[in-house]
Amino acid sequence: MAARRGGVYGERMTWPNTARSWRPTLHALTGLAAGVGVGAVLGGLVVIWLAAVWSLVDWPVGGWGPAVLYAAVALAGPALLLWGVRGFGALQRARFRAVLGVEIPAPPRGAAGSWALRPVRAWRAPATWRQLGYHLLALVGGTVGGLLVAACWSAPVLAVAWFAGLLGDGPGVLAGLAAALLSVAMLVAAPWVARGVARADEAAARVLLGPSRGEELAVRVETLARSRAEIVAATDAERRRIERDLHDGTQRRLVSLAMHLGMARASLTDAPEPVRQVIEQAHDEATEALAELRQLVRGLHPAVLDDRGLDAALSGIAANAPLPVRLRVDVATRCAPAVEAVAYFVVSEALTNVAKHADATHAEVSVERTGDRLHVVITDDGHGGATLSPAGTPPDGGGTGLRGLTQRAAAVDGTLTVESPPGGPTVITVELPCGS
Amino acid sequence: MRVVIAEDSVLLQAGLTKLLTDGGFEVVDAVTDAEALLRAVAEHRPDVAVVDVRMPPTHTDEGIRAALVIGRQYPEVAVLVLSQYVEERYATDLLSERTSAVGYLLKDRVAHVTDFLDALRRVAAGGTALDPEVVAQLLVRHRTDPLDRLTPRELQVLKLMAEGRSNNGITEALRVSPSAVEKYVSNIFTKLDLAPTDTDHRRVLAVLKFLGA
Repeated sequence: MAARRGGVYGERMTWPNTARSWRPTLHALTGLAAGVGVGAVLGGLVVIWLAAVWSLVDWPVGGWGPAVLYAAVALAGPALLLWGVRGFGALQRARFRAVLGVEIPAPPRGAAGSWALRPVRAWRAPATWRQLGYHLLALVGGTVGGLLVAACWSAPVLAVAWFAGLLGDGPGVLAGLAAALLSVAMLVAAPWVARGVARADEAAARVLLGPSRGEELAVRVETLARSRAEIVAATDAERRRIERDLHDGTQRRLVSLAMHLGMARASLTDAPEPVRQVIEQAHDEATEALAELRQLVRGLHPAVLDDRGLDAALSGIAANAPLPVRLRVDVATRCAPAVEAVAYFVVSEALTNVAKHADATHAEVSVERTGDRLHVVITDDGHGGATLSPAGTPPDGGGTGLRGLTQRAAAVDGTLTVESPPGGPTVITVELPCGS
Repeated sequence: MRVVIAEDSVLLQAGLTKLLTDGGFEVVDAVTDAEALLRAVAEHRPDVAVVDVRMPPTHTDEGIRAALVIGRQYPEVAVLVLSQYVEERYATDLLSERTSAVGYLLKDRVAHVTDFLDALRRVAAGGTALDPEVVAQLLVRHRTDPLDRLTPRELQVLKLMAEGRSNNGITEALRVSPSAVEKYVSNIFTKLDLAPTDTDHRRVLAVLKFLGA
């Protein structure tokens, strides 16, 4: 709605301040010219087309030459008219932008189809008929509005011309006095009249030249879906990059460190006890750090997920879970990488949650693809009572709680449901569309 | 024993070379990618090749694929695959080509020098060495059918067999008597329906059953 407040209406207008009144006036005058011009051209096109069609219907047409010409016009007419309706619509929007500083977005062009069907689709689109409607309205309303504004501004001149007898016989005294008063009143009212005309025109243009509410929403949904997919993809790429960086950097250095400490530990058997103790402790800590880092990175985005898919990647987290996990995967055709990443992450986090909170002795993970849906079910035999936002977890707790997992699933148009009666068992069901 | 190392990190390559040299191995070549590895194996015919999984150009499973090629073309050359992550899928790929003179370990294991050198010698001598982590992953997937009949202790023994340990090794790892281990092993054979023909052969069959191969 910011655009509506913008333009020339933003500030209070006082009469002598013509800087703010000349724009609506110019708009009304150009509206008059544009309305009449566009109406004439489009009307002419319609008349020519009707004439051609009528000539074809009213056979004979006097030889094959004219018949071909009529047929060509009859066929090309709708396309030409469509082109005109859209082109003049754009021209009118440009007029609003240039004169009033009001931005009216273009309506959607409609889905692209085959070349031959495109004009048919365009003529079935409401936006086309709305624009045609504006051109008809502009022809009538624009003419009336433009003439009205012009009359207001020029009323004193017209009155003087009348007195001077330039417009037929001069007026009587009473009529002359009334005309003088009226002309002054019209001049005073002119800026407001111009503004009213411009506002009415703008209101009509917003409805008829711009996208409808539904079309606006459709475009918005499309944009949002695209940007969300891009965010998901960017997050994935980031995880891959972190995994690669750690693999090529920190992990290698840690392996090298642990290896050298191991060599020292193995060769310094005759070193004094305190020295050996320090080396042994350093060696143990280095190997533990290595194992911890491996666990952490494994949860991010394992390389085997890209390489061999969900089935191969899940056994790693299932085996590393601190409780026995039974894994069943039946995915014949792989899903989109973003979907695989979400499924992997959800299983990884869900198992971590089970180990932390559920007090379970056993968990089961089942992943199955049926048609275009990927079903992921994580079951545990713990004490149940899991909710989407466990107590003590901030609502935006880093996206690892169940709520975070729900958001993760929603990011690829999936759903996550939790069934966890007190006493268990807990069943987390995730459904994801596989994507292309 | 003669070794070829394939590892694309110069740091780790140098460390491994030193570790193996100190351990009594002769490092005849050290390369940084799979193609160079295959050339080096063809040229030197080492006793064993120590191979990293992620190497140029794609940094995915080059090492595994190279190990499979070595297994087919040079069956006399043992292969020990090292990786910062172990994956059961890669393990089954490796074991589908050969079930002897093959190993697959986490790189972490090189930090435990003695154990690592033992594993390498075992592989070079025609044995196997599977990382406990891989075995755990295989267990997650293959906990069905005859294996369900095993007691947890017997399953533990079978796991150690899959890692490539001998009866003596299992005795040490579980801190039980040699006769107890023999009893577990014979129970495993019975429960997995393996006829008492050749003991060594049965060992391999039991492990293969365990791996779901």
